[in-house]
Amino acid sequence: MKFLNEEIKKQLEGMFAPMKNEVTIVLFATKEMCETCEDTKTFMAEMAGIHEKIKLEVYDLQADAALAETLQVKRTPAIVLLGEDRKDYGIQFNGLPGGHEINSFISGLLEVSGAGEELPEVFAKRVAKIDKPIDIKVFVTLGCPHCPGAVSKAHKLALENPNVRAEMIEAQTFSELSDQYHVSGVPKIVINETEELVGDQPLEMFLDAIERL
Amino acid sequence: MEFNLQTKPKAPAVAPETIYDVLIVGGGPAGLNAALYAKRKGLSVGILAERLGGQVLDTSSVENYLGFPSETGEGLMKKFQAHVGELKVPVKEHLLVSGIEAGRIKKIHTNIGEVFQAKAVILATGSKPRMLNVPGEKEFLGRGVAYCAICDGPLFAGMDVIVAGGGNSAVEAAIDLAKIANHVHLVHRSQFRADQILIEQLKKKENVTIHLETQIQSVEGEGLVSHVNALDKASGEVVKILANGLFVEIGYLPNSDAFADLVKRNGRNEVEVNARCETSQTGIFAAGDVTDMPYKQIVISAGEGAKAALTANEYINTFKEEK
Repeated sequence: MKFLNEEIKKQLEGMFAPMKNEVTIVLFATKEMCETCEDTKTFMAEMAGIHEKIKLEVYDLQADAALAETLQVKRTPAIVLLGEDRKDYGIQFNGLPGGHEINSFISGLLEVSGAGEELPEVFAKRVAKIDKPIDIKVFVTLGCPHCPGAVSKAHKLALENPNVRAEMIEAQTFSELSDQYHVSGVPKIVINETEELVGDQPLEMFLDAIERL
Repeated sequence: MEFNLQTKPKAPAVAPETIYDVLIVGGGPAGLNAALYAKRKGLSVGILAERLGGQVLDTSSVENYLGFPSETGEGLMKKFQAHVGELKVPVKEHLLVSGIEAGRIKKIHTNIGEVFQAKAVILATGSKPRMLNVPGEKEFLGRGVAYCAICDGPLFAGMDVIVAGGGNSAVEAAIDLAKIANHVHLVHRSQFRADQILIEQLKKKENVTIHLETQIQSVEGEGLVSHVNALDKASGEVVKILANGLFVEIGYLPNSDAFADLVKRNGRNEVEVNARCETSQTGIFAAGDVTDMPYKQIVISAGEGAKAALTANEYINTFKEEK
């Protein structure tokens, strides 16, 4: 294996053991102008090889434009996690989820496979009430230990309510987009283009921001 | 490509229906060592934490923890966690404690709506970065003003940055940023407080300028940080230091607001403890950066955590006799 050594592989096998339903990693790549697409492909293939319930499908952003549009994929490399019966929860990773971000990727796989953590009731009630389309972008760097926490919270909201979509965006891979959103501190959370949070904020801060919209 | 896998100790969650001997609030060095000592004394113990690892995770390298000449902050915390994990101490992460009700059985209220119960509680909630409190700092948060060099450093590749502060954290941040940024200005209002060994490393960097006795007065820019205005105390002049980023590393504030009515705090909002880590409230102990213990260091916090657990153990022993 190129990326995962035996030690990490073993730890991952233990972490993936509770997976319930099949999860499909849908990876969009492009042949050109994508420095990390090949590495992301290799990494995803290694992750898929760890547990039989993890499947991998690789698509091309141009050739498979229709699917990309359905899944709202705009950049490469981008990863969408589909659950049982290819259900799209609106959970995306833009950029290779390496460094610390492997942790949000693992928690994403577990959540989508139905082996996630239950949301405390105080939050579940508020999440259930979200009735308009919510788009959450979480900008991260791979050296940031707080970032996976923010990504997982955003993904959890998407998982719990079909009106919410949430994507991780690796700020260095997508530097133009980061500049556009003035990202100079991570994690930076942008909700529906207008509400901004910086830092791994508690879930109630996400919900407060959503309820302000 | 590196993978910083966060392995969770396979531990049961802390249960609201159980009355523990000791619940520890906080998962940094003080909290983890308190858990280790309490568990080894045979107490029923659990950890409630926002995030296991605490602030040490934000430190790129730790070179002053005895026995570990060179470790990353994350590496050291993984070893701490693995050690505590072996003892299967129950943990509940991703929560904030909103308040604690005193009494023979303490009730710990949280932001997730659950209430936890224990005979004794150890407060080990640590601290958060202190702000400069100058105009522009809040406005430019996440737009040039940052508090975590290892998180946000890569976003300033090839740019000019300022590090505010003169202690170990500031000097370490400046050394790390010098590898990424075009130029680093270290700005501090007085003289260095950092270890000499670190100051010498910093002085070897060619792209670092050190401004001592220089006080930042405001953060300026349009949309993004462009410069700070700083008072050069020697000349009495206000100088403009151009930079796209400002990393504030000027120390820490204790995370003690949730305990304001529970225990006595000093003027800096630190929880007051005696030599045995007892607070002003019976059955409530405290350890680490949240307390008024001097010198905020990993090794000191860990030691204080041990002490708090041992005192809590004595408290639990007398608690049983009281019935």
